[in-house]
Amino acid sequence: MAVKIQIPTPLRPHAGNLASVEVIAITVGEALGELCKLHPAMEQRLFDNGQLRRFVNIFINDEDMRYLENLATPVKDGDEVAIIPAVAGG
Amino acid sequence: MSFLSRVAEGLGPSKPQQPVEAFTRNDAGATSYPGLPGEIRSVVLTVCPFFISKLKYPPLEKTTNFIAGYCPAYMEERQVSSSFVKGMKCRLCGKLYPVTPVNFCQDDFGPLEIDYDYEGLKGVLTKEKLEARTFNMWRYQELLPIDGEPTVGLHVGGTPLIRADRLAKEIGVKNLWIKNDAVNFPTLSFKDRVVAVALSKAHEFGLKTVGCASTGNLANSVAANAAAAGMQSYIFIPSDLERAKVMGTSVYGANVIKVRGTYDEVNRLCTQVAFKYGWGFVNINLRPFYAEGSKSMGFEIAEQLGWRTPQHVVSPMAGGALVGKVSKAFQELYKIDLLKQEPSTKFYGAQATGCNPISGAVKNGWESHRPVRKPNTICKSLAIGDPADGYFAAKLIRESGGWAEDVTDDEIREGMLLLAKTEGVFAETAGGVTVATARKLVEQGRIPKNEEIVLLITGNGLKTQDSLATQLGEPVTIGTSLDEFVATMENTQEPVLA
Repeated sequence: MAVKIQIPTPLRPHAGNLASVEVIAITVGEALGELCKLHPAMEQRLFDNGQLRRFVNIFINDEDMRYLENLATPVKDGDEVAIIPAVAGG
Repeated sequence: MSFLSRVAEGLGPSKPQQPVEAFTRNDAGATSYPGLPGEIRSVVLTVCPFFISKLKYPPLEKTTNFIAGYCPAYMEERQVSSSFVKGMKCRLCGKLYPVTPVNFCQDDFGPLEIDYDYEGLKGVLTKEKLEARTFNMWRYQELLPIDGEPTVGLHVGGTPLIRADRLAKEIGVKNLWIKNDAVNFPTLSFKDRVVAVALSKAHEFGLKTVGCASTGNLANSVAANAAAAGMQSYIFIPSDLERAKVMGTSVYGANVIKVRGTYDEVNRLCTQVAFKYGWGFVNINLRPFYAEGSKSMGFEIAEQLGWRTPQHVVSPMAGGALVGKVSKAFQELYKIDLLKQEPSTKFYGAQATGCNPISGAVKNGWESHRPVRKPNTICKSLAIGDPADGYFAAKLIRESGGWAEDVTDDEIREGMLLLAKTEGVFAETAGGVTVATARKLVEQGRIPKNEEIVLLITGNGLKTQDSLATQLGEPVTIGTSLDEFVATMENTQEPVLA
């Protein structure tokens, strides 16, 4: 499935200065894994020992993946995955 | 090669003024001082001598793209910190950053926090100096992250600390105080403190447009303070907010956007808007500065108690930052020798049962909160299901020896009425949460009955009147004759005072 991953502006230098990266995947976790293969500098920023970092939120078509199936959430063609820093609000 | 000149400027009457040597920096980053990106050629840096000694902060050019992408307006023209601020530090990995409108670490997404030169402040910020200043939040200016004099919210803070003996009797304690930010200026909530700092900092950064994601009180404050400062504001709120809070935002001419979604969804949208437009969102890219404003509540409490800290503080929790910042305030006063005894205050968090991610974490022994997808409570100002500081708030509460609780909507209403009828303080629903939680914690034996307690009242009841509509009923209506009044008195067990 072709999925578009939106890169938060401050992290674009670590993703070839791209606003979004298109990958082929069947789950959110796979999509992020593909992103990290294409842009290895993203790996350490998103993951810590294989776990998504505490202050990283992932949204699939504006829905928080924690309310779906986390990294196992299936994705379909045309889905948009957004990486959003959790340190906001309040 | 770009050369930067540094000019020693007046740092205000309370700050040291010492000559500093001019220095240059080359593009190879010969120094690790937080400098400016190479492409900016003419900028005045205003620097305090303490800041100069702290050469461990990375050069700004290393984070240029990071910052420019987030907040392009900032890159056009601004100063570098001249206060006792050393820089910003990631709360997770400790990575150091120069002062910029960025809220998270580019390595691990951890929150950035302001780092001060406490050694430099010792003996500089004295009780005598503080007490000679006007009683508002800016009397603690050296411990707030702005460079020069504040430009927004000049009259914020200085709210009463009320001895609450009648309420104390009702909840069964002996020594109770209320820090009453329900009368904060200009918009009747503690949010005026954080907004005053955030917008003063936005002004220093050269940001002309500001905004926020809000559950109401912040919306009021950003709109009002931005109006007074001549800034354009964009206020994003959940579409189900109380009418008074919506009107209390629109009246200031703000661009108000109601979003069909929860606060957390509004917040996510605002983060994306901040990335796209580069505005100064007070609780997103300006959040490290914004959150520091809450410390002033703690500074004032300690000073009002005679330069000491209470044994217990009960705080409402939404995003979870307030409780941590009051604690930080106490610790900072001790670090700079304004408190004789090291603070050992126990902190207690108060939430609504309909949205209790942090109290849930504390009570269940979870390391961090588990988000509440659809908050359901009359206390909309605390209805944040995924609090940014949830992890830190739960950690602080546990480590301080405190606890957290949550209360039902009925208990919230009872708390509001109890506070109003015993102390004459009409607090919003969050105040009801705090009072009801305090009472519950006393009943549970979590808070000792004979020790000193401060309740943080953070917003005004005039904004959430609908929550009490069914409790109060209509006043008796009579004609203009004395006979009618006498008849009413005879039919009423207690005098009716509308």
